[in-house]
Amino acid sequence: MKVKSLAIAAAVLAAGLASVAQDALAQAKEQFFPALVYRTGAYAPNGVPFANGYVDYFKLVNAKGGINGVKLTWEECETGYATDRGVECYERLKGKNGGATVFQPLSTGITFALTEKAPGDKIPLITAGYGRSESTDGNVFKWNFPLTGTYWDAADVLLQHIAKKEGGWDKLKGKKFALVYHDSPYGKEPIPLLVERSKMHDFELTTIPVTHPGVEQKAAWLQIRQNKPDYVLLWGWGVMNSTALKEAVATGYPREKMYGVWWAAAEPDVKDVGDGAKGYNGLALQHGAEPNSKVVKDLLEMVHAKGQGTGPKDEVGSVLYMRGLTGAMLAVEGVRRAQERYGKGKVMTGEQARWGYENLALDQKKLDALGFAGVMRPISTSCADHRGATWARVHTWDGKKWNFSSDWYESDSAIIKPMIKAAADKYAAEKKLTRRTPEDCQS
Amino acid sequence: MIYRENGQFKTTYRADSQIFPIAQDRIAIGLLLALAVLGVPLLADEYLFRAILIPFLILALAALGLNILVGYCGQISLGTGGFMAVGAYAAYNFLVRIEGMPTLAAIVLGGLCATVVGVLFGIPSLRIKGLYLAVATLAAQFFTDWAFLRVKWFTNNSASGSVSVSNLSLFGLPIQSPYEKYLFCLGVLVVFALLAKNLVRSHIGREWMAIRDMDVAAAVIGIRPVHAKLSAFAVSSFIVGVAGAMWGFVHLGAWEPAAFSIDRSFQLLFMIIIGGLGSIMGSFFGAAFIVILPVFLNQALPALGSLVGVTIDTALISHVELMIFGALIVFFLIVEPHGLARLWSTAKEKLRLWPFPH
Repeated sequence: MKVKSLAIAAAVLAAGLASVAQDALAQAKEQFFPALVYRTGAYAPNGVPFANGYVDYFKLVNAKGGINGVKLTWEECETGYATDRGVECYERLKGKNGGATVFQPLSTGITFALTEKAPGDKIPLITAGYGRSESTDGNVFKWNFPLTGTYWDAADVLLQHIAKKEGGWDKLKGKKFALVYHDSPYGKEPIPLLVERSKMHDFELTTIPVTHPGVEQKAAWLQIRQNKPDYVLLWGWGVMNSTALKEAVATGYPREKMYGVWWAAAEPDVKDVGDGAKGYNGLALQHGAEPNSKVVKDLLEMVHAKGQGTGPKDEVGSVLYMRGLTGAMLAVEGVRRAQERYGKGKVMTGEQARWGYENLALDQKKLDALGFAGVMRPISTSCADHRGATWARVHTWDGKKWNFSSDWYESDSAIIKPMIKAAADKYAAEKKLTRRTPEDCQS
Repeated sequence: MIYRENGQFKTTYRADSQIFPIAQDRIAIGLLLALAVLGVPLLADEYLFRAILIPFLILALAALGLNILVGYCGQISLGTGGFMAVGAYAAYNFLVRIEGMPTLAAIVLGGLCATVVGVLFGIPSLRIKGLYLAVATLAAQFFTDWAFLRVKWFTNNSASGSVSVSNLSLFGLPIQSPYEKYLFCLGVLVVFALLAKNLVRSHIGREWMAIRDMDVAAAVIGIRPVHAKLSAFAVSSFIVGVAGAMWGFVHLGAWEPAAFSIDRSFQLLFMIIIGGLGSIMGSFFGAAFIVILPVFLNQALPALGSLVGVTIDTALISHVELMIFGALIVFFLIVEPHGLARLWSTAKEKLRLWPFPH
């Protein structure tokens, strides 16, 4: 009898192992995109729409015939916004299905860890709208691509908008700003730029950290109530954002004076607070909620109508969904660009895709053809500039939806460029790297 | 039948007091080490090294350190994550601020800093016991969390609070590839396991166990509680600090204070509780259980799902992982409250009689 139960256990184990082993025989006939997502944990409310948008775009590309005929495959891995789980997912997925094309961790913490590993494995990292601000400098950070903007750009655009509202940079003199930030590399990123600007324009900056996961903010908002800053900049993520707004309502801080970064200005952050968040402003990383865009219409028609949507239909077009969509679009377009050099209709390796991301040239015509008219502005990257664009707008929550409340801004490269160079040089010195040569840029 | 020590006579005191008195044990450990050093690299792929074996080795070392404090000396500590952080950041500072500092020296110095901090936070143990001491060490955890987030000097004034190390080497040999990292961790673990085993078999170890079992009686017969408790904190924090430095240097490469949060402390405590308090072997079992099981579940659940034709999404896998993990912990504690190490030693006892039970 004991032998029988042993035999059954062995059979189950063998069957399990067999189905796991089958994965290894999958061929590299398809372009593999790993998706590091977080659908659980304190950051899930924001991670889920992003992940759905990311995966939905791949489904759309496949429905439209792939990248010049090359179909896409993807696999999700749950990171829970934790660095060590992110690293484990990276190790697990980097060699699968013929090799990962690109990683987009959606976490500054995981980005820091993968920045050390990706160059050795020759897999590019796209950190669209997050990550290390100094990774804009492609001469030092060969494998990092903070496409469409970094946190220094975000902080700069917010200050530009506030200065415009006040009537000029000189009107900021003596004003009080408070930065309520997530106490992690993500939240600390904008501080250098804000400090720089505070010295230039003579305004007071108070930085108020909020410990992960950000549900305990009573002390922070009590401090704000005592301090009475003119403006509060919110650099939160996940439940920290909605908690911050609830605390702002509780302490009576006017939401019109609150400005969130593009990761703190989406539907999950304000839906719970509802009318209380009316007037809250946030950055829009080029796009806002775009339910009327062509790409959303295509998605609803070609993917969701066939029952293949990753998430619920009413999520399509929301801010973070569009963020995931654009992230996936940039990943795909980089591969398409790489195919122009290395062979149309072939599967691209990580190295080849990296060249594609470094030589992106998406003009408005191409973007319109993809369905991103009105959603994104042209982006073009180069060896020295892995960011490609610094456009952003401000949108405001009216209780029901986000409405754009500003013109297009670009961050001030006169201030940011030297900061990037200094930080990149510091990184290069620490890691004993040398700047890339022009020949290396051409390769 | 195969495990009988019949015919194995010890003729010297030295032979009698060795760690593995039974020849079969010695052969088994020898084979295991040979497998670990030579066999695993041939069989394991990079993922297995980076995601399973290296974290297992480093956390086993940390669990070893914690077991000395909690299992052998009976002082509950919830500050292990904090001591690991001290080890990691101290080693980082030594490496970055002193030109030409060798990696191993930086790690050992990091461990020494963790010793100092550990002894400092161990001083309350002279007055308070049990759960109250747990709270005091919890304070250590939060204090280190705060210190490494707020005091910029510790992170070399990095704007983001994240630090990173690279180009590790040992006596000129690089520690870059997963296999080299694995060997380095294995070497350190074997050395520390030997040291720990010999410590707990010596008079210091007996002092610790006396304090654990009945500290008043121990004081009565002349064991100084100050000496015993603080030495336990010192040794434990040193090992935990070295493990923390290795976690940051070898496994993560780049880390922020959240890598050594309260969750890490709980994880280590669960490791030694499941593995077996007061047992060197138990630290290894517990580390293996807690490191490998979630990864195994993460891989096996989709495979099982595809067997029955159901695709399970990642969120569900994450949740089911937690549930199964928790259920297994409860199951093990009901079946064997003294941990996996007791299960193992019971099995060995039965093996000595098998197949002739009486």
